[in-house]
Amino acid sequence: MLRLLRRRLLQGVPLILGVIIMNFLLIQAAPGSFLDVMSAESQVSDPAMLEQLRVTYGMDQPVWLQLVKYIWSVARLDFGFSYRQNMPVLDVILASLPATLVLMLASLLIALLLGVTAGVVAAVKVNTIWDNLLSFLAVLFFAAPSFWLGIMLTVLFAVKLGWVPVGGMMSITASNQGIVATVLDVLHHLALPAMALGLFYAAVYARVMRAAMLEVLSLDFIRTARAKGLGRWRVVLAHGLRNALLPIVTLFGLQFGTVLGGSIVVETVFSWPGLGSLMLDSVSSRNYPVVLGVLVFSSIVVILVNIAVDLAYLRLDPRIRAR
Amino acid sequence: MAGLDVRGLSVSLFTRGGVLPALSEVSLSVQPGRTLALVGESGCGKSMTALAIMRLLPEPPARIIAGKVMLGDTDLAALPERRMLGVRGKAVSMIFQDPMSSLNPVVPVGQQIMEVLRRHENLSGSAARTRAAELLTLVGIPDAEARLDEYPHRLSGGMCQRVMIAIAIACRPAVLVADEPTTALDVTVQAQILELLKRLQAETGMALLLITHDLGVVAEMADEVAVMYAGRVVEQGPVDAIFAAPLHPYTRGLLGATPSGGTAGRHTRLADIPGSVPSLAELPAGCAFAPRCKLAHAACTAQPPLKAEAPGHLAACFAALGVPAHAA
Repeated sequence: MLRLLRRRLLQGVPLILGVIIMNFLLIQAAPGSFLDVMSAESQVSDPAMLEQLRVTYGMDQPVWLQLVKYIWSVARLDFGFSYRQNMPVLDVILASLPATLVLMLASLLIALLLGVTAGVVAAVKVNTIWDNLLSFLAVLFFAAPSFWLGIMLTVLFAVKLGWVPVGGMMSITASNQGIVATVLDVLHHLALPAMALGLFYAAVYARVMRAAMLEVLSLDFIRTARAKGLGRWRVVLAHGLRNALLPIVTLFGLQFGTVLGGSIVVETVFSWPGLGSLMLDSVSSRNYPVVLGVLVFSSIVVILVNIAVDLAYLRLDPRIRAR
Repeated sequence: MAGLDVRGLSVSLFTRGGVLPALSEVSLSVQPGRTLALVGESGCGKSMTALAIMRLLPEPPARIIAGKVMLGDTDLAALPERRMLGVRGKAVSMIFQDPMSSLNPVVPVGQQIMEVLRRHENLSGSAARTRAAELLTLVGIPDAEARLDEYPHRLSGGMCQRVMIAIAIACRPAVLVADEPTTALDVTVQAQILELLKRLQAETGMALLLITHDLGVVAEMADEVAVMYAGRVVEQGPVDAIFAAPLHPYTRGLLGATPSGGTAGRHTRLADIPGSVPSLAELPAGCAFAPRCKLAHAACTAQPPLKAEAPGHLAACFAALGVPAHAA
């Protein structure tokens, strides 16, 4: 287990290096720089001053040297400096990270709970009205873009019914009401964005789970379990579920990255102060050190999650452990 | 202990293409301590019969449409599913053809044995574990205590089948249904598994319904034989009588198609049965074997009844029972 962990971590290093190089070059290829935005916003037109800023941020050097310097600094956990927040990029990212993590975990939890349950029920009740209904809902949420779903959810639950706030992460007054009230307040704000983001993935999980479960339920050991006199749901949950969960675990790892990406849209719709909002804001202000930092940082997170998935596989399937 | 008595069991497959008769009026009986071998080609309904007895038929499309499955005074065919749950694995158990895929790959074998003990015997964790180890020893697995925590992929096919047998006999069932229990195993292991089944039967007095297409296994194990063809029992009787004087042309064909193994058999050409088993959708009227039968005559367009030729020896064939062609 430790050997596998070490090997996977080592394999992650060239991967992260590749991610850095690609993103760095992509951003180099993009037109404009934050100096344009800065000079326009602060009415700076003195060429000498602009030139000095270029030197300060190292933009006068050749691209390859900038790249090498960037890689070297990332290796020391220095992602550069953000002119906009006037803080190191890492601090900016870490400030926005908790909000995004909360949103991601909540939506993945919703996705797993709803998706796995729906998939199992659809597989057990295959070709019945329940199966059809769940498949229809899955297609619906799969097809609905998350920004549209977010807006529709807002219109219904926030505007018409007034059950939840339309956006933000907490009320202005929440911070001085004690920890319990704050948590409840955040959860209250979290409900809609987590739904908007989670329902799409719930739909994906439901479809994969249904297929995996149907396959597992046709296997011989399920018949053995039934021949032991176990009830239908006991057979499904004790013998089917664990075998059918493997594809879901794979999917979870693969999708972690896209959930991060998806949160950009949802965070914007619900003005959720996380990495997604930060990313959008940084792109529009040409704040490339932050953009690059978020990209690199999230790829590191995705790689780590996939290593965790590999380890989870070991726990779930003894046949892999043996190899 | 109660034996198993199947009476006139009929199962149909309700498909889009129509209703197919998978089993027609199958009657069998196995007494405690005795072994009935159910033989026939692939697709003749042997496994279907076993699954119908266990009420494990894939429903839909299959459904029992007539008949009784009597275990003592209880008709299993009429039992509601909730009560059937208490019968499966306790009064009637089953083992399957492929032991490697019949065990859950992600659960240690000990857990899989303990599960049935907890379900039917209300044993707690440690008592179930002790009993599971005893069962493994009973089925001839050495170092049982350590084996409990092994996963199925770490065991050989023979070992897996022993584990399956341990699960099946855990609650001392009255009837054990063994569906081709040795087909997927090496020849040397086959003999060991058959020996084990014999020994356990002698110890517990359970009735054994042994499904096989291997007539060697039949000769080794069975007291009685029922030969099935196209969803019907076509011949039934004591094993000696069937081997010595088979009545039905199909049984004769089966015996003729089996290598005898002795020196005499070496120069004799095996006699095959011409043609193949008809599909359920295209069963001929009357005797389903007639199109492949050398003795078929006009009477065979009607379904021959299963009639006793000698005491306890039944066959469903007009020719074998000496009904002349003009009688029908």
